[in-house]
This record gives sequence, structure tokens and C-alpha cells, in this order.
Amino acid sequence: MATTLAPVLSDHWDADRSWTLATYEDHGGYRGLRRALGMPAADVVTAVKDSGLRGRGGAGFPTGMKWGFLPAPDGGPRYLVVNADESEPGTCKDIPLMMASPQHLIEGVIITSFAIGCHHAFIYVRGEVVHVYRRLLRAVEEAYAAGYLGKNILGSGYDLEVTVHAGAGAYICGEETALLDSLEGLRGQPRLKPPFPAVAGLYARPTVVNNVESIASVPGILVGGADWFKQMGTERSTGHGLFSLSGHVTRPGQYEAPLGITLRELLEMAGGIREGHELKFWTPGGSSTPLFTAEHLDVPLDYESVGAAGSMLGTRALQIFDETTSVVRAVTRWTEFYKHESCGKCTPCREGTFWLAQILQRLERGQGTTEDIDLLLDLCDNILGRAFCALGDGATSPVTSAIQYFREEFEAGTHTPADVLFPPERSSLFDYTPRRSPAALAGVHA
Amino acid sequence: MSVEELTPRGEGQAHRTSYDDATRARLAADAAQIVARYPQERSALLPMLHLVQAEDGYVSPRGIAFCAQTLGLTTAEVSAVATFYTQYKRHPNGEYTVGVCINTLCAVMGGDAIWEHLCDHTGVGHDETTPDGKVTLERVECNAACDYAPVVMVNWEFLDNQTPESAAAVVDALRAGEKVVPTRGAAEVVPFKEMSRVLAGFLDGRADEGVGAGEPTLRGTVLAHEQGWTAPPFPGEEPPRAASSRAKAPARGAGTPRTGDVQSSAERPVTTAADSSSEQREKKQASSDAKEQ
Repeated sequence: MATTLAPVLSDHWDADRSWTLATYEDHGGYRGLRRALGMPAADVVTAVKDSGLRGRGGAGFPTGMKWGFLPAPDGGPRYLVVNADESEPGTCKDIPLMMASPQHLIEGVIITSFAIGCHHAFIYVRGEVVHVYRRLLRAVEEAYAAGYLGKNILGSGYDLEVTVHAGAGAYICGEETALLDSLEGLRGQPRLKPPFPAVAGLYARPTVVNNVESIASVPGILVGGADWFKQMGTERSTGHGLFSLSGHVTRPGQYEAPLGITLRELLEMAGGIREGHELKFWTPGGSSTPLFTAEHLDVPLDYESVGAAGSMLGTRALQIFDETTSVVRAVTRWTEFYKHESCGKCTPCREGTFWLAQILQRLERGQGTTEDIDLLLDLCDNILGRAFCALGDGATSPVTSAIQYFREEFEAGTHTPADVLFPPERSSLFDYTPRRSPAALAGVHA
Repeated sequence: MSVEELTPRGEGQAHRTSYDDATRARLAADAAQIVARYPQERSALLPMLHLVQAEDGYVSPRGIAFCAQTLGLTTAEVSAVATFYTQYKRHPNGEYTVGVCINTLCAVMGGDAIWEHLCDHTGVGHDETTPDGKVTLERVECNAACDYAPVVMVNWEFLDNQTPESAAAVVDALRAGEKVVPTRGAAEVVPFKEMSRVLAGFLDGRADEGVGAGEPTLRGTVLAHEQGWTAPPFPGEEPPRAASSRAKAPARGAGTPRTGDVQSSAERPVTTAADSSSEQREKKQASSDAKEQ
């Protein structure tokens, strides 16, 4: 039979006052913590390793293995830092999760901290979501009041403090070492690795940095066990994941399913592409993952299959665009994003994204030259693999994949503006009359 | 260097360079609470800059000096951080920041149209404030609400599924001093300074206001409940959690995994001759290995 949904994290999002501790407990919350506190910490790590859970923040690194990289305790502090800086274009899963059910994350934080011997954990949430920050602060307050946080948690003798920290607007802080610098009160710029955070992370102490959804998946693994988790997904991409459908789809939203579901199956649940239109291109995991087209509708959305098809599963941010959309316009805008968000630390990314944007802007205006496509590819080759962190690599993904699949649209950019080939009012969800060329808007913001 | 010696800067506007004693004492008490949240005091800098914006409506020179003095930093060190992050304003902000998402997905769904309409409607552009000091327009990047596109953020509360007309009506209401209710958020949008105080980590009693989720967030949840789709039951818990009507075949992933595919951020299909040279590929792999954790 076709794959169906598997709500675990999202199962009670529709409950009355879903974000409160009482609602969370009514739906089975904090059983995982009770089980974990009765186990040796090393067994908790083993359970997560055995589950095959892989990082849900994009890279897909095995979560339990990451925990296992911490050196043996030396009597000094060890830290858990949750990466809640969700900013990858198209990605919209952690923010609704923390809005609807912050206790899921808090329970995961406590179990993980217990497992790795951490007594002070941090949640770094982006600053541009004030109500999510309120919900997290309140969730931590409730957890303290109920004895899930603080001294001697549930009589176990284990102590944990949690600090929820708001960022201040910087995509790069989603990169784990930039996040640590930012949390230390510095400009958020990535660090040279090694040393990896497991060895020298926050305050140069052993640190685990995990994505929100990864940590929120831990309580279920403790309740159900590794074998329960592995009933979902594929052999090497186990478990459930939030798939976020957005764009030209009839019913955009969050669909929690086993890894390995396909876009064709998800689109069927979401009512298909908007009426009267057809799929043109999509991102499997945010703008930093190479584009897919209609030929990839049946690629199983697991780490291995998406990789084999030439992209990355990333954050399962499925941004869907129909045939009215100019791929040149889309890629230009993403490139302007990377240019804006480049932290400036390394030359290939700082300069390269600037040059990419300049060339793409003239192609979007229909004023490109015949050498521009080769120039774009050459620039990408000088960024990819040469940048300091994954931001630069990610910036090249939409450019190279779009040229691979839609080269003729870039060639048209040598003589015809994108908004003539693809009038923007046909792509928008409401009727309007454009007053200016989108190319004229390009680069408005510094 | 003492705070008072700072010289005023800015065109046509002199910055106040110090706080009066009562204000300073109040800010110092708040700062002490912030510092207490962290093992090392410098970590308090980002929330303290939000606190400065809660007081002055932007990161003021006196606020920078206050942070520097409190944390034992130079004003240059504080400025270096303040100028890195887009939420810190370098000149007085309006009472409400109206941010239109112009990242690709929102832009294509109509964000560009909303932006141009608001610019025409207010007569101001990016990072500019209406003459009444009420509204600062901003082009914002992806705000993690793509399933609600096009999105407008007002003081970092969500206004989902906007149109040029609805966004203009919001701006008009803000300028008229009327209450604006976010789609998913508090019972009303609070002014910039109040919002900044929350971001400094001080709750305002509004966490329980508003909804838990909007319709798009719940689509998968509701569909699964309607169809009786569930995750596999936890061992020893038959039937699965909650209503038995939900029980059906457990969900299972499609497709057979292909083994041996290493997923690297540096992998993409061959598009140029350089890609196929073994030397290039080794270089890329070495670089990827260094980044991979």
C-alpha cells in the first residue's frame, strides 16, 4: 500500500491549548523522561544510536553517534545546545513545532542532557519569532514548576538548568559553530573545524549541538524503543519526519510521515498542484539543496535516495513551483539571500555570492551576455568546496541545478527579461498588476 | 572612557549619551538578571542589546556604552556585534516594524506585489520610517512560515496569507493606533519596545494568548486523524494512543534504500569539464571531509 502519514510529534497539535504542560502530559508526555531517568545514561545513548535517528536539521548525521563523540567526563561542564535558528529558505517545521508543542522539545532536552552528562542546556531560537520565544520561555517555567527541571529532577538526583536564548537575525547562526560564537556574545561566524564542538564547543567545553526536531524525536524513542522507531522509514533513514509543503500546492502545510515517502504521495494528500497548473521545479530540502523537477516525483524522500538522485534531503522543505514561475527569478532571489546572509569571513562566499547576484540580476533583466552561464558555473566551482562553511556550498546548489535542468531559460536571459517570459502576476496567489519589473527590485536591500 | 564623554553622532540628530540614575539602576537590575542566565557574562550581550532596544527603540550610543560597561567590553567590541545582526537597529525604529518576506517562495506567491504596494501606500522604502514614526518598512528573509505564504511580520508576529490590500489595511490600522491581531501570536501586536523586552528574555504574560497552530500547520495531523493513519503503536500499547478509530495499518516508508551513497554538501551533478577531473573531485572530497561532522 502507499505510504501514509505517521504523526508522532504532530499528533496532538490540534488539541485544546496544545502548548501547555497539562495538554502534553494528557497525551503521554514525560513518560520518556521517567524511563530514561531509570536507566544508566550510557543506555540512553545506545537506545538513540540503535534507533538510527539522523539529524533533522539538514546534514543527516546520526544523532546518537554525535553524542558518542563527547570525550570521557573530566569533571568540567558539558553542554547541550539546541539549534532552533530555523532560517533555511522553505524550512518551516521547527517554528510551528515549538509554537504548538514546546514541551516535546523540553522533554527531549532533559533526556539528552541526562544522556550526555550536561547540567546546563541552551535553546538558541531565532529572534524573529517573538511568540515562539514566549511559548518556549513559558514551557521552561512550567517544567521547572513541575519538577522536570532544576535540582533533583523527579527525585533522581539529576540536576539541569535550561536557558532559552533569542538570536537577533542572522541566517549564518544556523551553522553550528557560528551559533556557538553567537551564543558566546560574538558576531556569528563559523569556526574552523577541528576541533569539533564535541571536543571544544560552547566556552571551549564538550558540546552537543542538535536540531529541534532531532531532540523532540528522542522522547518517543525512549517510550517506544529503537525497534519501534525503526518500523518507520527505510533501512538507513529511519523514523518519522516533518515534510513541509509550500508554494503552488492546493493545501500547503506540515505532513509528518515516515522517511522514504515520495512527493507524488505527499502531493496527493495535499490536493495536488494548484488547479489548472503543473509542477515545474521543487526543492527537496530548502534552497541549499539542488532543485528537482517533475522527473523526481517518485524519488523516495530519504537521505540515500535523494542523494543518489543528485540532491539532498536537507530539512524536507518542499517548496513547489508551477510552470508560471521563472526559474531565473527564483534563483536570483535565493542568490540575493545568500549574498545578504554571507557572514564575510571567507573570500569565496563573501565575494562569490556578490558576483553571482550581479550576473543573475542582469540575466533576469534580459541583459546577460553569452558568456554569463559559463561564468556562473565557473564562479560556483570556485565557491563550492572552497568556502569556509556550508553556506557558500549551499549558495551554488540552486544555480548549478537550475542551469542543469533549465539552461534555455538562462540563455533567454541574454535577450528577454524574465518578467516578460514569465509575468509574475501569473505566479502570485492573487490578481494584481505589477507596477515595476521585479528586476528593478533586485538588490534593493543591502 | 566614561559614557558621558561620548560625542553625539548622526545627521541632524544628537544622541543622548547617558541614562539618568533611575533608568540606569533599572537597566542594571535587568542586566544582572540576564547575566545570571549564563555561565559566562559575555553571553548576555545579545539579550542586553535587545534590552537597549526596549529602552531606546534602537541600539543607541548610550546603550552600547551601557553594555560595554556592564560586561567589561569596549564600545567597539559591542558595536561590532550590534552591526552584525539585522534585528538591531542603528537608528530610531518606528513603533512597528512591518516586514514583508521577499525570499523566493513568498515573493513568487505575491510578496513582491505586497512590497511594492506598501512602498507606494506609505511613501517609504526599506528600513525607512513613516513621518509619524509609527511604521518602519523592511524587506525580510524567510521567516519559517512558507506554508502561509505570502507572509508579513509585524514586530515579529505572524500575519499569514497576506494580500497587498490586507497588508495596507494593517499599516493603516497601526498608524491610526488601532489594535492589530496577528494570525498566530499574541492577542495583539505589541509596540517595538515591548517586543524587544520579550526578546531580552522577560515574559510579558502573553505566552498563553493566541492559537497553537494555524490551518496549514494542522493539515497533516487532521488528515491522519480523519483517515485513521497513525504511527506504529508503542510496544504494550494496543490499540495505539488515543481513539481506536484511528487504528489502521502502520505507516511504512516507500522505496528501498540505495546503499553506498555518501551524502555530501559538495556533491552535485556534473555540469562542467572541471567536475569530471579526478583531481578536482579529490579536492572537493577533502574539503567536504573537513567540514563533515
